[in-house]
Amino acid sequence: MASQDLKELGTMIADEIGTDILSWSVDFNELMMTVERASIARVLLYLRDSETLQFSQLMDVCGVDYLGRDLRFEVVYNLLSLSHNIRLRIKVEVEEGVPVPSVTSVYSSAGWWEREVFDLYGIPFDDHPDLRRILTDYGFEGHPLRKDFPLTGYVEVRYDEDQGRVVYEPVKLPQAFRTFDFESPWEGMDFAVQTLGVNKG
Amino acid sequence: MGIKKPFLTEESLRAGYDVQPVPEGTDPDALLAAMAQEVTQRGFVVTQLDNLAAWAQSGSIWPVSFGLACCAVEMMQAAASRYDLDRFGIFFRPSPRQADLMIVAGTLCNKMAAPMRKVYDQMAEPRYVISMGSCANGGGYYHYSYSVTRGCDRIVPVDVYVPGCPPTAEALIYGILQLQRKIRREKHFARG
Repeated sequence: MASQDLKELGTMIADEIGTDILSWSVDFNELMMTVERASIARVLLYLRDSETLQFSQLMDVCGVDYLGRDLRFEVVYNLLSLSHNIRLRIKVEVEEGVPVPSVTSVYSSAGWWEREVFDLYGIPFDDHPDLRRILTDYGFEGHPLRKDFPLTGYVEVRYDEDQGRVVYEPVKLPQAFRTFDFESPWEGMDFAVQTLGVNKG
Repeated sequence: MGIKKPFLTEESLRAGYDVQPVPEGTDPDALLAAMAQEVTQRGFVVTQLDNLAAWAQSGSIWPVSFGLACCAVEMMQAAASRYDLDRFGIFFRPSPRQADLMIVAGTLCNKMAAPMRKVYDQMAEPRYVISMGSCANGGGYYHYSYSVTRGCDRIVPVDVYVPGCPPTAEALIYGILQLQRKIRREKHFARG
């Protein structure tokens, strides 16, 4: 779909539910909208049930961690309208510890994805029918995809002959992890000095 | 097929009781040839139970299917028609209770560590473990990950390590042949 058509589509949606939309743009031929956190379920319900749009499928829900921002996290909803072959990306910004309304009442497929976002980023979802961890180990502590989560985590496993079971112990690395990717925006010099207070030299 | 050899040849009759003892060593062909000779000449065979047991064990290693990641695809290739592990008497079993060997094929995550140990504990003795691929050997690409066990030898004792990412089917077969050699060299002692 040409970017001019996407702009028209964006204008049309903004006219309908403008008060819920904080901003929208067309970049790289993709339509993206940032909406009010409290009204995410209502927005998705409109996009799903609208006769003209018919965004009947929720392809994915994922999280993003922008460490250093006031609204630290983003939850991203990717929608697909099969009837029109259009994709739409909806974003919600949220602070740490503040819950996002669950959209399981609109798209039942959101259930496991919201569990995944909760597991990996620690973003809670209100009114989720079964908000548990989904991927990480039983009894896991922390949220691994947060930028301030250390790569190697905090525990490692070993089989203990005396106890006859697998035990968890603090990580002991014979050789520390070294990164030489100074170009990377979240591993490079600027990031390390500003946000972690580490001088990697 | 060729001409069948008569069961009792003139030589074997003349040879009578003048037979050589089964040679020491681990070469299965020599062992089999000597055993066949004794059977034809005497009608019975005297051997060490060790060698017989080792020959039987190494010739029918049944691995429990334990594919964890992409290495499992190479393991399947080794079992499929081109490389055909059946030739070695190797048949994958769905139950650890029927298995002698566990091929840890792939990345072992912390979450999977305890279940893997459980599968290992359910196998009957004597049991063997082949660690297949970089991840199972020492974490490999995911060595520094928060969720990956840095080597399956932290959980179970490993007999043979097969390097590679993933190892080819040939490499896995080579590892299995090494395990067969190891089994044949084993000596069991029982003190009464």
